[in-house]
Amino acid sequence: MNPYCLSARAPVAARFRRTLLACAVVAVLSPTLAFAQDASKSEAAKVEALEARIKALEDSAAATQQALQEARAEIEELKTAQTASQQPEAAQPEAAVAQEEPAPPAEEPASGASNPNAFNPAMGVILNGMYAAHSLNPDNYVRAGFPLAGEAGPGPRGFSLGESEIALSSNVDDKFYAQATLSVGTEDGEDHVGLEEAYIDTTALPDGFSLRAGRFFSNIGYLNSHHAHTDSFSDRPLAYQAFLGNQYGDDGVQLRWVAPTDVYLEFGGEMFRGDRFPSGGAGHAGAGVKTLFAHVGGDVGVDNEWLAGVSTLRSQTDGGEDGFRGDETLYLADFTWKWAPGGNTKDGGVTFRSEYFWENRDGIYADPNDPALDQPWSGQRTGVYGEAVWRINRQWEAGYRYDRLWADDNGPYASAFDPFRHSLMLAWHNSEFSMVRLQFGRDRPNADDTDNVISLQYQAVFGAHGAHKF
Amino acid sequence: MKRQIALFLMLGLAAVPAFAKPKIFACEPEWGALVTELAGDKVDLSVGTNALQDVHQIEAKPSLIAKVRQADMIVCTGSELEVGWLPQLLKQSGNSRVSSGNGYFMASEQVPTLERPTALDRANGDIHPRGNPHVQLDPYRVLKIAKALEPRLATLDPANAATYQQRLNDFTTRWQAAIKRWEAKAAPLKGKKIVVHHISWVYLNTWLGLQQIGALEPKPGVPPTSGHLSSLIATTKSAGTYAIITAAYQDSKPANWLSERTGVPVVVLPYTVGGDAQSKDLFGLYDSTIDKLLGAAK
Repeated sequence: MNPYCLSARAPVAARFRRTLLACAVVAVLSPTLAFAQDASKSEAAKVEALEARIKALEDSAAATQQALQEARAEIEELKTAQTASQQPEAAQPEAAVAQEEPAPPAEEPASGASNPNAFNPAMGVILNGMYAAHSLNPDNYVRAGFPLAGEAGPGPRGFSLGESEIALSSNVDDKFYAQATLSVGTEDGEDHVGLEEAYIDTTALPDGFSLRAGRFFSNIGYLNSHHAHTDSFSDRPLAYQAFLGNQYGDDGVQLRWVAPTDVYLEFGGEMFRGDRFPSGGAGHAGAGVKTLFAHVGGDVGVDNEWLAGVSTLRSQTDGGEDGFRGDETLYLADFTWKWAPGGNTKDGGVTFRSEYFWENRDGIYADPNDPALDQPWSGQRTGVYGEAVWRINRQWEAGYRYDRLWADDNGPYASAFDPFRHSLMLAWHNSEFSMVRLQFGRDRPNADDTDNVISLQYQAVFGAHGAHKF
Repeated sequence: MKRQIALFLMLGLAAVPAFAKPKIFACEPEWGALVTELAGDKVDLSVGTNALQDVHQIEAKPSLIAKVRQADMIVCTGSELEVGWLPQLLKQSGNSRVSSGNGYFMASEQVPTLERPTALDRANGDIHPRGNPHVQLDPYRVLKIAKALEPRLATLDPANAATYQQRLNDFTTRWQAAIKRWEAKAAPLKGKKIVVHHISWVYLNTWLGLQQIGALEPKPGVPPTSGHLSSLIATTKSAGTYAIITAAYQDSKPANWLSERTGVPVVVLPYTVGGDAQSKDLFGLYDSTIDKLLGAAK
């Protein structure tokens, strides 16, 4: 009989440990006990019972040991997952500089099931402000061969808010994406809020097709589908001003298809209402403009990227802003080449871009002041621009752009002079969200005038982190 | 008869992947390497960026649209690392297979992330609301990501499900053995103080016990300024800094500038697969990273 085993009356954990110890002692002592001649039969039975109990205890200890080992392994696994998911305090000494605060593995944003704001659209705001000094009074600005339609004229003198806009976008459901862009503009001292774009896109059409409907900028050319705040210069090229009233956007539909090829190949077409210049008056039962476009692009090695395209815009115009009525076809060719060491375009490199416009008109010119005085207007006009932007480093870029328009010798607005312009710019980006740009322009809109323009512009983009097209 | 037709159709469907290998587009080399570990030549892999590019600032260029257009699955980092370009690629490619569902796999969103900001303010630099996305240098997270990716590959290509499972098992065994080896080898690095270029090393630091005492970027994504660099000289000197860490894709000038003024060596780490000659795959990436870190002491 062993007193240790019987006297174990301690709290559970301690008792367990003590029992184990006792068992060990008993295990050692049991042979000795066997030699005890004075052990009675009852005592022998007791010893036997005890031995059985010890055996049971040993078994249970082994099982506990096993469970412990398993638990330890599990803890170890959890720990490895966790050490990595927690910022050890030791790694954050007081001397820490520019280290973000150790954040606890915060609650998932998605956890707010009752939060009605969780489905708010992505919202981005683009602020644009400018100061411009023009040597030529904008009221006296005449562009030889090209009437000022749409927003074709020079920008205002002095301080102005240019294209400030608010863009909202979101997936609508599993098959649609929607975007709306509100623009704020000032005309004659009055503020206007306009709906620049408002469209839905399909996201679930198979085989590289996508459909867009609503109001949007046409995908013709290169710059047309880009919002002005992504441009490299503070104003659009003359060809965009002269042939598209700065940028062509209207109400309509677009179908695009991207080919499953290693070279990027995109085809598409659009149909628009045709209310905006170069069309006008929504001819052809409110579907007066049709476009076709194709783009092709790829890489040359790691350092070079390119994109080229051809597009047409055909319109049946009824009462255009420039007095035109009839058929017009505009052909565009665009070409972009980017060179950047290692393909890191944000850190350096050169972007070269050029677009060529060719316009064919066949119709009638009605004098806006006296519509009775009409005359045939058929002829061709062309325009081109070429620009090169040198990204010096992540913060600085400098660029030069040359613009040229070729007026028609015959018909209304006939002119022997062809307008041209030189522009130089220097831009400083503090981050991808803010930019300040200085630009010099020397514009020869007609044979007699020169408009020297110095502009200083800022841009700030805040809100949702938008992705830009190439 | 009906059952035979059904069986025939099912077999037909199962056989489809046999005609064309699934096409996988990986945004970054590390995930391309992981796909290779799990799928080998069972898939057609294209990788959108290389180790010498800053993946925060890639353009949604035509060649990438073309690649995404053809992909059956994209494997990217996620957590908004590619927010400046991936949404545009998805939108422009018109490929609904990869814009959501099984064809859309974001690695960092399979694991808990560190440095989740408590306040979202762009004045703090280019921060990521879902936490630091640069998870590829924590081997435990990589393993977890591998385990999450394997069933997705199997769903995409059921005919080779067994291969993916077997390759994952094989990868797991080799990776776990490698972790032991790396941890033993990197033990001397524990507690060493480092200055980094961009805060892209938190997972490596946490794993190996390195202490980041400063960053060359005054704020994440904001290029180093001379004022900020000057302010780092004293800290770097007095703290007994072990090394200044930059990634292969980063401009090493700021790091060298600080090194010249403090005597602390610059260590250019590969950061991802392909970042140096040794980093041919994920194992090489870790081998090289640890070798280079240890080499700073010499």
